[in-house]
Amino acid sequence: MSASYDPKLAAALGPAALQAAVDAALAQITDAGDLEALKAARLAHASDRSPLALANREIGTLPPAAKADAGKRVGEARRAVNDALARRQAELEAERDAHVLAEERVDVTLPWPHTPRGARHPLTSLMERIADLFVAMGYEVADGPEVETEWANFDALNMGPDHPARSMQDTFFVDPPEAGLVLRTHTSPVQARTLLERKPPVYVVCPGRVFRTDELDATHTPVFHQVEGLVVDEGITMAHLKGTLDHFAAAMFGAGVVTRLRPSYFPFTEPSAELDLLCFVCRGASVGDASRPCRTCSSEGWIEWGGCGMVNPRVLIACGIDPERYSGFAFGVGVERALMFRHGAKDMRDMVEGDVRFSLPFGLEV
Amino acid sequence: MRVPMSWLRELVPLPAEDSGRAVAERLVRAGLEVETVERTGDVEGPLVIGRVVDFVEETASNGKTIRWCQVDTGGSQARGIVCGALNFAVGDHVVVALPGATLPGGFQITARKTYGHVSDGMICSVRELGIGDEHDGILVLSDAPDVGADAVAFLGLGDEVLDIAVTADRGYCLSMRGVARETATAYGVEWSDPAGLVVPTAEGGGWPVSVEDPLGCDAFVARTVSGVDPARATPAWLAQRLLAAGMRPISVVVDVTNYVMLELGQPIHGYDRDRLRGAIVVRRAAAGEELKTLDGAVRSLSAEDLVIADDSGPIGVAGVMGGASTEVSETTTAVVVEAAHFDSVAVARSARRHKLPSEASRRFERGVDPWLPERAAQRVVELLVELAGGTDEPGQTAVQARQPAPVIALDPEYVTRRTGLEVEPAAVRRRLEQVGCAVADDWTVTPPSWRPDLVDPADLVEEVIRLVGYDKVPSLLPRTVPGRGLSAEQRRRRTVGIALAAAGYVEVLNYPFIGEHDLDALSIPADDERRRLVRLTNPLSAEQPAFRTTLLPGLLAAAVRNVGRGLGDVALFELGAVAVARPDAPAAPRLGVERRPTAEELAALEAALPHQARHVGVLVAGERQPSGWWGGGRPAGWGDAIEAAHAVAAAAGCPLEVRQGEQAPWHPGRCAELVVAGRVVGHAGELHPRVAEAFRLPAGAAVLELDLDAIPLPDSPTAAPEVSTFPLAAQDVALVVSADVPSGQVEAALREGAGDLLESVRLFDVYDGQQVGEGKRSLAFALRFRAPDRTLTAEEVTAARDAAIAEAGRRTGARLRD
Repeated sequence: MSASYDPKLAAALGPAALQAAVDAALAQITDAGDLEALKAARLAHASDRSPLALANREIGTLPPAAKADAGKRVGEARRAVNDALARRQAELEAERDAHVLAEERVDVTLPWPHTPRGARHPLTSLMERIADLFVAMGYEVADGPEVETEWANFDALNMGPDHPARSMQDTFFVDPPEAGLVLRTHTSPVQARTLLERKPPVYVVCPGRVFRTDELDATHTPVFHQVEGLVVDEGITMAHLKGTLDHFAAAMFGAGVVTRLRPSYFPFTEPSAELDLLCFVCRGASVGDASRPCRTCSSEGWIEWGGCGMVNPRVLIACGIDPERYSGFAFGVGVERALMFRHGAKDMRDMVEGDVRFSLPFGLEV
Repeated sequence: MRVPMSWLRELVPLPAEDSGRAVAERLVRAGLEVETVERTGDVEGPLVIGRVVDFVEETASNGKTIRWCQVDTGGSQARGIVCGALNFAVGDHVVVALPGATLPGGFQITARKTYGHVSDGMICSVRELGIGDEHDGILVLSDAPDVGADAVAFLGLGDEVLDIAVTADRGYCLSMRGVARETATAYGVEWSDPAGLVVPTAEGGGWPVSVEDPLGCDAFVARTVSGVDPARATPAWLAQRLLAAGMRPISVVVDVTNYVMLELGQPIHGYDRDRLRGAIVVRRAAAGEELKTLDGAVRSLSAEDLVIADDSGPIGVAGVMGGASTEVSETTTAVVVEAAHFDSVAVARSARRHKLPSEASRRFERGVDPWLPERAAQRVVELLVELAGGTDEPGQTAVQARQPAPVIALDPEYVTRRTGLEVEPAAVRRRLEQVGCAVADDWTVTPPSWRPDLVDPADLVEEVIRLVGYDKVPSLLPRTVPGRGLSAEQRRRRTVGIALAAAGYVEVLNYPFIGEHDLDALSIPADDERRRLVRLTNPLSAEQPAFRTTLLPGLLAAAVRNVGRGLGDVALFELGAVAVARPDAPAAPRLGVERRPTAEELAALEAALPHQARHVGVLVAGERQPSGWWGGGRPAGWGDAIEAAHAVAAAAGCPLEVRQGEQAPWHPGRCAELVVAGRVVGHAGELHPRVAEAFRLPAGAAVLELDLDAIPLPDSPTAAPEVSTFPLAAQDVALVVSADVPSGQVEAALREGAGDLLESVRLFDVYDGQQVGEGKRSLAFALRFRAPDRTLTAEEVTAARDAAIAEAGRRTGARLRD
């Protein structure tokens, strides 16, 4: 490249001309009010025929010494225009989007109930929850039939044919009576079934439906649910029964729950007890205080949840288990009552009538 | 057992400040179930004795008969009172609440106009006075206190009564004697045993008695009291106690026998001596014998009934109820008093056989103290002499064949081993003695005569620990063994329930009872398995006397209930048991309990049970998808029921095959047979329109019922698929088939023919217009092919597609649509 060469300066490449072209471009870009106008500005100032493109083409005609300088200037000018175009393009697109999306706005509070909601029955969910609690402790879940033999429902549980407790149970008998079948009056026959099927150690719970010939009213139903628990192992004592029930009650009703075992009688347990809970509502304050009657516990202070006791050795013998080596406990609690205590359900009829308004609020869990 | 506190205090020195509730609390801890503590007769204001001077019976405009009575209440003139009861006569003494009185429950008495008269007070029933439950009429007083006297004092109102639910093991607590014993133990005080009276030695010479069945009757005492004045009034204190205990005073003789039963627990029967014919015989009835019992009913006796008889035949069912022919009446002056001990089983069976639960049978069933008869008879005699002016006839008959008392060998350590509470042997001994046991030095324990329930060491443990206090037992968690979690079947039941709930169905738990009528309503044919009902002897209702064989009647009833309550779009499901009778099932054997049954015996038990299975039922009616601001909804239909079946099958992890089926109560053309592993497990589809109409469900209502237990559980874990990332090759084919070829068959054929390269098949269009010809339709399927290891070539895809079409053609006559 020769320094002595005096280039002929192309007018289009002069700083002033370039600046004027850039200014004109920027003005039109800034003024572009929509994407159409910007497209026109791009055609005018950034297309192949735009002044800056032409200026760029002129560089090739320059002497070598001038090329670098002019190239730099034209490059800067074009970059400025292209940057402005891109910025404006982004601005206008954002404006357009905002406008269009605003027009597409809907009322999202409109209902859209195309997939109807379902629910499980809270008694089912509650029984599963109880089962899960015991499964977490190592128990297994046992099942038994609802039409049951008298032997499993009564005899094996130390209720012989003439036992007074047998008629007390308000039993549904299968016809003819000689068939020796009943609708199970409690989940306890599963005790006998379990002990006949498994070898100790046995840790099981059995949730299920049971039957007594009561009339349906707010607090009774002839068809109801129990959860039975049965443990048979070496060294099991009444203290283990108590500990298990305390844990169970706390898990179901909260840590503040107070339990009481009250001596009672079941032919299949000895000693036997009723399991009471301190009334959740009055916590015993309504007892003997006529001015503060409590509907939940009938002002008795305690509410009965179920029965329990140490498995009667006679039951073990009837199932072929050595009562010298093994001992056990059993309990049975009412699931409907648990639903009343835990969820404030007032009327048992709601649990049996199948009105969807009762179950829907519970959804899939309790 | 209703226990008046005033009576209890007479037997046990209780702290004066302890209320009935405080006593109840102690008894509850000792194992007596005190259900309520009632105050009897919380009456304020004037309550007086009155005498009915006259009355006129009138029929009110509502058809009810009332009596317009004139009652002398001690004032200058009789009061006019309207009374709705009819169980009194002129001259009877009654209890009158005067205006200004307040009866229990806050019931205020005023002079008010009723039935066309101004009633100046009220004649009261036992229930209105709060001293009993009886409300069959007003209380008529059999003795004659002064007219105008204060009835509150006379009736002993203002007492407290403990109502105790006596469990089957504690028959002795069906008496004041038993409850007093428990109360004294609970308080640690001495008590006076009302049975502790002096009995003259049996010298014979009483009414002749012959016990022919010593196993049924091991003690029979007969005493005679003559010269009784049947018109003598029962003294007020005795009448009060009967009333408080829930019994109505009748006559002095009957009242005395009832009183002694309440006091001692020994049922007593009195015979009119002049109506007895020869010796009293205790024997089993002969078949064909009859007896008219006190309640007027004529009973046909069974050869198993233990009866009391004389020369005329049976005069009573032992321990249950006496006969009318020898009944003590208002003319009886000589009474033969029976105090006997009968076998609890014999009494229980007779009471059950004749549906005659009585105060006596209730006690004998649970066991009466065999030591009591002589003492109870003595007590009756003393009271009849004292209160009825009778004479104790010399001579008494006592027939006895008592069994020796059983003994129990107890290891005192057993109490601790069973309860986890350290109880010293000395304490064990002391507690057992409190219960009434005799404890020998070698720990041979003889239970008291009134506790036939104590037979095993475990029974003694309960006695000890209930007196120590259950609250003393520590609370410990056992160290459980590792478990295996829920079984596959249990997990599947849950998953199915969750899947249906998530699909929009609400779970219901219907009563599992049905009747022929329900099956008729579903047009279920006579030979259908669902007609094989397991019937109940004592059903809740005669219309539904059997256990369900199908979930559908329950679901329909629940749907109707919801629709009736304005919830027209229903989607319900139930997961529950059905039972189908086995036609030739043997009766369940009556096995013993002294050992484990053998495998054969257990098999015989199982064979007696009906077939029981868990079914899934679904019902959907109304709009499955509602109409709304977006436009129309979609009515529920056959497809929803089948879709629910697919949801169940998917949750069960089982492929489900759907075939055209026909089964009641489904629409014959819209019923799917659900097949799993080649076995029909249920049906789904639209309800027969007649059925839907009969239940007033919207047309199109659809149901599903399948036998969940019939779906096999997967025997191995599902194999994980390998997911190919090679490109997909999609091919659509439209096939023309005869209109009666089910699409499912065409799809199955395509699947079979396409081979391993096929990833999926989906039916996307059905066309049955003119162009495809009469009796034909076109089914359009989207086939997707993909290889696990390469990109498929066009030739491979075409070959697979052609093979699929060829197989469909071979099986169903399908040809490619032009």
